[in-house]
Amino acid sequence: MSRLVAFAAIQGGYNIVSKAEGTLKRAIEEYGPDKKLEFPNTAYYLPIIYSILGIPVKTLGDATGVMEITRKLLPAHIKGKNHLPYLGPLLDAGMAALFAEEIVEAVRYITNPDFYYVSEECDPENGKIWLGAAEDTVFRKRGVEFVDGTAPGFAAIVGAAPTPEIAKNIAEEYQKRNLYVFMCANQNGTTFTEQLIQAGVQVGWNTRLVPFSPEINGAVFALGFANRAAMAFGGIKPGDYKNILLYNKDRVFAFVNAFGDVNAEWAVNAAGCVNWGFPTIADTDIPEILPTGVCTYEHVVGNVAHEDIVNRSIEIRGLKVTVATIDIPLAYGAAFEGERVRKDDLYLELGGGKTQAVEWVTMKGMNEVEDGKVELFGPDVADVKPGSRLPLAIVVEVAGRNFQEDFEPILERQIHHLINYAQGIMHIGQRDISWVRVSKQAVEKGFSLKHIGTILHGKLHQDFGSVFDKVQVKLYTEKDKVDELTATARKIYQTRDQRVETMTDEAVETYYSCTLCQSFAPTHVCMVSPERTGLCGAYNWMDCRASYQINPTGPNQPVEKGECLNPVLGNWKGVNDFVYKASRQKVSSYNFYSLMQEPMSTCGCCECIAAVLPTCNGVMTVNRDYTGETPSGMKFTTLAGVMGGGASSPGFVGHSKYNIIQGKYILGDGGLLRMVWMPKILKEELKEKLIKRGEALGYPNLIDMIADETVGITEEAIMPFLQEKGHPALSMPPITG
Amino acid sequence: MAEIVKKKDEAPEKAAKLVNPDSVSVDPATIIMLKKAQRDGIETIFDRAETMKPCNIGAEGICCKNCAQGPCRLPLTKKIKDGLEPDKRMGLCGATPETIAARNFARMVASGAAAHSDHGRGIAQVFLAAARKETGDYQIKDTRKLLQIAPDFGVATTVMDGDVEKQRSIDEIAVEVGQKALAEWGKQNGEIVYAKRAPKPRYDLWKKLDVIPRGIDREIVEIMHRTHMGVDQDYENITKQCTRAALADGWAGSMIATDLSDVMFGTPYPLHGEINLGVLKQDHVNMIVHGHDPLLSEMIVVAAQSKDMLDYAKGKGAKGIVLAGMCCTANEILVRHGMPIAGNYLQQELAIITGAVDAMVVDVQCVMENLANVAMCYHTKLITTDPRAKIISGETVHIEFDEHHAFEDAKKIVMTAIDNFTNRRADVLIPKQKEQMVVGFSYEAINYHLGGTFRGSYTPLNDNIINGRIRGIGGVVGCNNARTMHDSAHLIVVKELLKNDVIVLTTGCNAMACGKAGLLTPDAAQVYCGPGLAEVCETVGIPPVLHMGSCVDNSRILMAATEVVKAGGLGKDISDLPAAGCAPEWMSEKAISIGQYFVASGVYTLFGVMLPVTGAPKFQKHLFEDMEGIYGGKWDLVEDPYEMAAKMIAHIDLKRKALGIDKARDRVLMDMADRRAMEA
Ligand code: SF4
Ligand code: SF4
Ligand code: SF4
Ligand code: SF4
Repeated sequence: MSRLVAFAAIQGGYNIVSKAEGTLKRAIEEYGPDKKLEFPNTAYYLPIIYSILGIPVKTLGDATGVMEITRKLLPAHIKGKNHLPYLGPLLDAGMAALFAEEIVEAVRYITNPDFYYVSEECDPENGKIWLGAAEDTVFRKRGVEFVDGTAPGFAAIVGAAPTPEIAKNIAEEYQKRNLYVFMCANQNGTTFTEQLIQAGVQVGWNTRLVPFSPEINGAVFALGFANRAAMAFGGIKPGDYKNILLYNKDRVFAFVNAFGDVNAEWAVNAAGCVNWGFPTIADTDIPEILPTGVCTYEHVVGNVAHEDIVNRSIEIRGLKVTVATIDIPLAYGAAFEGERVRKDDLYLELGGGKTQAVEWVTMKGMNEVEDGKVELFGPDVADVKPGSRLPLAIVVEVAGRNFQEDFEPILERQIHHLINYAQGIMHIGQRDISWVRVSKQAVEKGFSLKHIGTILHGKLHQDFGSVFDKVQVKLYTEKDKVDELTATARKIYQTRDQRVETMTDEAVETYYSCTLCQSFAPTHVCMVSPERTGLCGAYNWMDCRASYQINPTGPNQPVEKGECLNPVLGNWKGVNDFVYKASRQKVSSYNFYSLMQEPMSTCGCCECIAAVLPTCNGVMTVNRDYTGETPSGMKFTTLAGVMGGGASSPGFVGHSKYNIIQGKYILGDGGLLRMVWMPKILKEELKEKLIKRGEALGYPNLIDMIADETVGITEEAIMPFLQEKGHPALSMPPITG
Repeated sequence: MAEIVKKKDEAPEKAAKLVNPDSVSVDPATIIMLKKAQRDGIETIFDRAETMKPCNIGAEGICCKNCAQGPCRLPLTKKIKDGLEPDKRMGLCGATPETIAARNFARMVASGAAAHSDHGRGIAQVFLAAARKETGDYQIKDTRKLLQIAPDFGVATTVMDGDVEKQRSIDEIAVEVGQKALAEWGKQNGEIVYAKRAPKPRYDLWKKLDVIPRGIDREIVEIMHRTHMGVDQDYENITKQCTRAALADGWAGSMIATDLSDVMFGTPYPLHGEINLGVLKQDHVNMIVHGHDPLLSEMIVVAAQSKDMLDYAKGKGAKGIVLAGMCCTANEILVRHGMPIAGNYLQQELAIITGAVDAMVVDVQCVMENLANVAMCYHTKLITTDPRAKIISGETVHIEFDEHHAFEDAKKIVMTAIDNFTNRRADVLIPKQKEQMVVGFSYEAINYHLGGTFRGSYTPLNDNIINGRIRGIGGVVGCNNARTMHDSAHLIVVKELLKNDVIVLTTGCNAMACGKAGLLTPDAAQVYCGPGLAEVCETVGIPPVLHMGSCVDNSRILMAATEVVKAGGLGKDISDLPAAGCAPEWMSEKAISIGQYFVASGVYTLFGVMLPVTGAPKFQKHLFEDMEGIYGGKWDLVEDPYEMAAKMIAHIDLKRKALGIDKARDRVLMDMADRRAMEA
């Protein structure tokens, strides 16, 4: 039976490659070989070809060379009797097909630029469904979820389910398990994506249901995404195909679900995926390939019933996922976090400007808390008409022997995503600017505001159970009470902030490591001190400390900083020893406060990257969300490509946004006064704090001296500006030492 | 005492002269030809095996002819054997049965290692000549393989051009590899370079035991010295030297021969082939190349396919030229070019008896002198080509083959065959039998076919061994032996292994036995294999028996075993693998050398027919038991092929148990914490 698969797939490979040759030839005839060939906003060229062959395809002409390699990769057809071995050739044919398809898809961006909607979200009302290749900003934002484990993998769905209902159920099951669903191809013109839309499901990156393409070629977008992860987070060099693919096999838990008849072209794509270790699970009676080896377990499994396909697929891929079991009438999981409640769907709105909403976690005595108790004071959803507004206060009272006041903000920060995980409920903001939207669909399913309490009780216990014993939740929807609680909470926020802001590295003996990202960047170790928050922005020192207490063998370990070897650069013996071990002997020493000398390593999921600008005698930093060029000559994504994957690269360092306004920020190189360029959005975001830091450093108008893209995107262009403003960096000692 | 002759019924004295064809081979073509031989009144090895019985004392290894005071014969009496009488046997000089058997055994190792290694030396010399462009007839063809092996010889493959690293010229690399390779023969001290290819624990063990060969020739010469009258009279110490010489064969002489042949003629990748006497064609010029050295056969392949030779043949009324191989020469040109095979060792006389062979061209090893007598009865020209291997009997012609004008020589040989086509006589009988095969599984090819260009590795093999679909690996190799039914034991052992989900790697005349029986086809998997192995074969599209080449290509099995170790999950050394090797119908001294290097590499190695050690119980125990404690591999002698397979499987199961893979394992489901804990 494998022979039949091989026979058909290799045939499919020939079809795809021949078609691609034609497409490329016509494109060259029309646009010339020098025409730029690219996916939108990426530093990874055509990512499959780039990662596997190491060839950066930049023009139609470059693609010709790759097409030749592709053609050569196609194996001989399989004879019926007494055939030669076919597994290796089959996988080669698969790879050839993917190269060819990637070129075809890139050409499509030239010949039919409106085919794909370059966006993170779909716009089904206007018929803009198909998203095509993810831009690097999207890739990084979503890739980080693969890295930190919030998304354990993805299901690449090919074809269409028998009915929209079945499609919806399957998608929801994957969402509940936090997996991404990447969709492509059609079955006689019907697509899984359109089925979902028909069934009223929101699609797009934000709900993790990503419509790549109505054609099978769209498979390359999923695999290109995976290979970018290997390069960006795994630090694997383009062209090191073996490790790129093994990285995917071992760390990216993806698989293919084929719905409907599998034709030769689907088969060769499935074969291509096997190179990645991604098996295919189908709902039709296709020849199975069960022996293991290239994939971790089975390679092709057929005839799986729709109600089993989600669990079977996950098991076949060797993935362990836990479904959150929260006793509410709504589906629940990280995938629903990004789902919107739009105006038309809105039933009830709490907070968000029109009414006040606040959330507050507070510690109580053991006898003051009855675990699991949820009380609602004021009207519930059922008591109001559709389209109503109410104020809201969520008070979470926690008690337990291990609980400390310091954990309050950590638990409080969970409220946002924990509520957001419920399907049909949207949560925005935090603290006293919190905002909850409840959809009509949620109300139809029987949602009550008390379920917010159920969610918080259940999930906080699940994730933080080791630091407290009891939790109870009080919800208020009466204006007076909400206003009163808001006032109380505000005072507390202020004291908390002061505590965090005034903490210094000198004041503690213990730092915390973070190796959460080692699932993707196996040699990367973050070291988090009070004045050097984790470079991803997600973890500060207090978080790490709490996380250690919650899970003493987890990714955050206390590290005695030990003898200080260099106070200016921020170098400690204890830290170095730990890093050496935890980086698996890859990094022996790094500095907390320098980008010029042995800077900290970066895993690729940093919020910002700072780079030296030698001509300006200063540094610049750029945040992940800014897609434009920078004076370093590289976009964020190129910078991240240069230094991601756990390497320490002098002249560059990854850091969090918040770190910029912390006192020790690149102090070894002169501190914040070196900052000569930042993207405008970043300046805006940090405005208040930047002004405050400037004042503290004796330059109250520092923020105005820092150039941005409106001033220029080259060193030469911003230099006159800096001179005119009298930027302090210009008079500092040479940064290049 | 080993029962040596086992197949014949006790026939009355007179009729004993003519063998019953059906009782000596399982191969139909062979039986048909034996019947023709009898009709034609030709005596073959099969007949002589009937009339001439082996000497028991020699067969037990306890006859010493090493000085002129002998032969000293030390038969093992029943009383000694049963412990009723002390073993006081000794030769004139006092040599014990152990010393004598060990010395005899050592000389077999020396001869076998010499045969392989001298073959290898020839390849290395021509390789160097080709690299230096001293001969235009041979080229450096497989540069990928050259670059792959260069680092083993410490030959740089890149050069610095200022700051940039550049690929070094292929010619330069080839010359240096050639020089370094050739130096392996004459080295006096140090270590053969390929020893380091073995898994690290194996290398360390050899180092600790001080058995790493210093130079190929040296170890062979040293055996000859040590076994001279009155030198090494400690059978354990002699065995140790056997190890050195054998390792110098497997991990140097043979391995270099394989590698350099690959570079010159191409690394084998799977291709189609045909086997058995049915490949000969009535209306074609039929040439058989027989022997071992690819230097000759490769060139004859080119010559026989050249247009002027084809035209010449047509001029003589032939439709074309069939060039078929015999013995390991056959394997060499089969696995590289898909040239047909006429048959294995015991079919060499029979090929001539078809009356259709216009020339049989031979070089070295396994060429029976009786070919000359048989050839005289037909029109066949027997042509010797190697100055080291001439035949005086019959009307044998010698056309010396010199690599400096190899192509010219080859043409001369082909022309001789063509000229002889017109001398064909009426009585031609070509049996119909021929089988299809898929062959050419170098360890590189296995690697490729288990995952393609991008994911090729041995992991899928290991994985399916670990999950139990494949129970283990069996190496079944070696000759035919006229003392046992032709091909019978080969096929029984192989089929038993397959039935029990043991995948089989094969070389030499076993490969041909398998080929003739249809075991080298992908379809054989469904017919002969247990369900697990069948499923894996089906997935990869391979036959269940992988033909890896000639006898020197047993080095490929060593490398495959090493790759399996490196792929992980099956222990740290070859001796940890669920694997065993055997030679059910061995006869050549080369087999003894091969056996010894497999044992010393950690493999349980079983021989059929006989082993000339049974008259010296302590020495036998040393080989059959003590060796396992030292090397993790040991010798065994099992005549019954069913029992042989059973013992191999039992050994495989033992190793599986030691590895903890004897029980079904649960699927491991990974969460993020598991992924973080993974090795970088
Ligand atoms: S702190 Fe560092 S290791 Fe931890 S999650 Fe953030 S980037 Fe990853
Ligand atoms: S082996 Fe020894 S005993 Fe036997 S025949 Fe030869 S010389 Fe005589
Ligand atoms: S070496 Fe010893 S045992 Fe051998 S033949 Fe001479 S005397 Fe006899
Ligand atoms: S297997 Fe034995 S008989 Fe056959 S060619 Fe090799 S050495 Fe000769």
